[in-house]
Amino acid sequence: MSEIINAIAIAGIAAFGFQAIFFALLAIGINVHFGYTGLLNFGQIAFAMLGGFGIAVSVSQWGLPFGVGVLVGLAAAVVLALLLGLPTLRLRADYLAIATIATAEGLRLVFRSVSATPVTGGTRGLSAFNVGFIDLSPWDPQARHDILGTTWSGGELWVTLIGWLLVLLTSLLVWQLMRSPWGRVVKAIREDEDAVRALGKNVYAYKIQSLVLGGVFGALGGMVYAVSTGSVNPDQYQNANTFLAYAALILGGAARVLGPVVGAMILLFVLQFADTLLRALISNGVIPEALLTSTDVAQIRFVLVGVGLMLLLVFRPQGIFGDRREVMLDAR
Amino acid sequence: MPAEPGAHGAHAARPDEVPAAAPTRGSASGRIPQRLARTALKDLPWEVGVAKPDPAVVVDGVTRTFGGLTAVSVDHLEIQRGGITGLIGPNGAGKTTLFNLLTGFDRPDTGTWSFDGQSLGKMSPHQVARLGVVRTFQLTKALSRLTVLQNMLLGAQGQNGESFLKALVPGTWRRQETANTERAMDLLRRFKLDAKRDDFAGTLSGGQRKLLEMARALMSDPKVVMLDEPMAGVNPALTQSLLGHVKDLREEGMTVIFVEHDMDVVRDISDWVVVMAAGRVIAEGPPESISQNQAVVDAYLGAHHDAPLTVEEEDRVLAEAEAEIARESGGPDVISSDGTRNQR
Repeated sequence: MSEIINAIAIAGIAAFGFQAIFFALLAIGINVHFGYTGLLNFGQIAFAMLGGFGIAVSVSQWGLPFGVGVLVGLAAAVVLALLLGLPTLRLRADYLAIATIATAEGLRLVFRSVSATPVTGGTRGLSAFNVGFIDLSPWDPQARHDILGTTWSGGELWVTLIGWLLVLLTSLLVWQLMRSPWGRVVKAIREDEDAVRALGKNVYAYKIQSLVLGGVFGALGGMVYAVSTGSVNPDQYQNANTFLAYAALILGGAARVLGPVVGAMILLFVLQFADTLLRALISNGVIPEALLTSTDVAQIRFVLVGVGLMLLLVFRPQGIFGDRREVMLDAR
Repeated sequence: MPAEPGAHGAHAARPDEVPAAAPTRGSASGRIPQRLARTALKDLPWEVGVAKPDPAVVVDGVTRTFGGLTAVSVDHLEIQRGGITGLIGPNGAGKTTLFNLLTGFDRPDTGTWSFDGQSLGKMSPHQVARLGVVRTFQLTKALSRLTVLQNMLLGAQGQNGESFLKALVPGTWRRQETANTERAMDLLRRFKLDAKRDDFAGTLSGGQRKLLEMARALMSDPKVVMLDEPMAGVNPALTQSLLGHVKDLREEGMTVIFVEHDMDVVRDISDWVVVMAAGRVIAEGPPESISQNQAVVDAYLGAHHDAPLTVEEEDRVLAEAEAEIARESGGPDVISSDGTRNQR
């Protein structure tokens, strides 16, 4: 029993930790793309990578201040969105999906290649670029702080606070946009582009705007991740993260402002809970070694998330916040 | 939607002819553009490409081929302003393709076409729509996961809140939104959809979707409305109400072009009918002229549909049948008669 309580506590921290922020921001971006506009972006992680490396390269390699690094990261994300969107968004939805998934993987390989090493640090990545940000912390970065029985360093606390503020601000932005006529056009594009064109809206321009906006959110997520870990490495930005973010979005409910946020928290909670509990149960012999060893746990927890998603799609296809009526319209 | 001043100006020269025209729905008080359009078209010769007194849309030499198939090849076509023009033709005649070309959804291989003297050749669909040429689709495009009211509001033009930055400041679009909502509700009441305002459009029936699509197109204050089979799949009672709505559009001074297969509907509401077959305009004229037109009858029923079998053909069929019987003789009757029938 104590194992379960312990696992819940540890998972609870994970649900508020920087990884939850990372996936929440990725998923908010995907929500703008996929949930509201109907764009299939399967390479959200590329935007995150540009965000993280934007800061890292600017600060570590070029010696620019931290704030400029943030701007560089955001600008890089905008440029990537335009590069991906301009040629593909006039075409059918599939083309964006193909372009994004290829770009995400290709960009990672380029960043870790030998020829890029002088800039990106190659497979070793870059580090020590977040000092300028951590120094702003109102708490002593080295000291330990106890909150509700959990321990955080001052630096962690500061990054996490700013990260959740970013989640709050982006969510507010999405909320305001989606209740405006702009959001109405974007949602209509998701339903039927041609109908929207016939009503005098420049569908192409709206799709580009949406792609840029969601990409910028993804870049913010990558920045939070990079600043929390204090290092960037191209291999941290595997495209599997994009699909975990999709899982978070569907878990919480697509086309809902809070869907991606709550979805990301639940995703991280479940992953960490399964991880901690399984390890505890294996180490004290409740689960025999013959059945499961602790090295399998890392994989098994994703299986559990998959099972959970399947149950969700059967019993609550709209996700946690979604509107069942809305989802059922597709089934007709 | 104020009526086009030009439309009336063109006919003001001969007001004496107005009372002679066909009776119209009594709703238009004093202002009777239907009669004007029909009167204006009355003396025109019934020939393909005839010039109209006041054309809103002019098409010149437009062709569109898909591989080896010429889908549309229209030499010259003018659409009278303020009238209802019916576009008919057998399946595959190129009616919808012509619609797509006119509204920028497809690009022709050659040709020019213009609205109000302004060439539409290089324009994308949304630019055409902003000029006031709005279309509906053959397969209704209700935006399912938007409510009926949101569908309507989408039709309004020149909305501040549709720009990204202004969307963030509700003060810039609140008032406009309220005004648009009022106008949308007026239209919804006219189309008897006001009770559905907060329902998802995806929950509407097929006929209601047709109504919604038409109402949504009207939200944009169009000058030309192009309806692609507005009555397809709609029950007869609703057809009557849709017909009334189409006539109302004309009363309000809009130019209506519609594709339809139901000849009763076409005869009932059109001022002018254009017949297409195999991509070409094969006939045009007032509705009563069309059913007597030999080219139209041929296009719909085949050129030799009313000619009897010739003697040679009859002999050949007979000979085949006899040969079959001879071959099967001795076998059971059923088989031989079956075989014969298969031969025919």
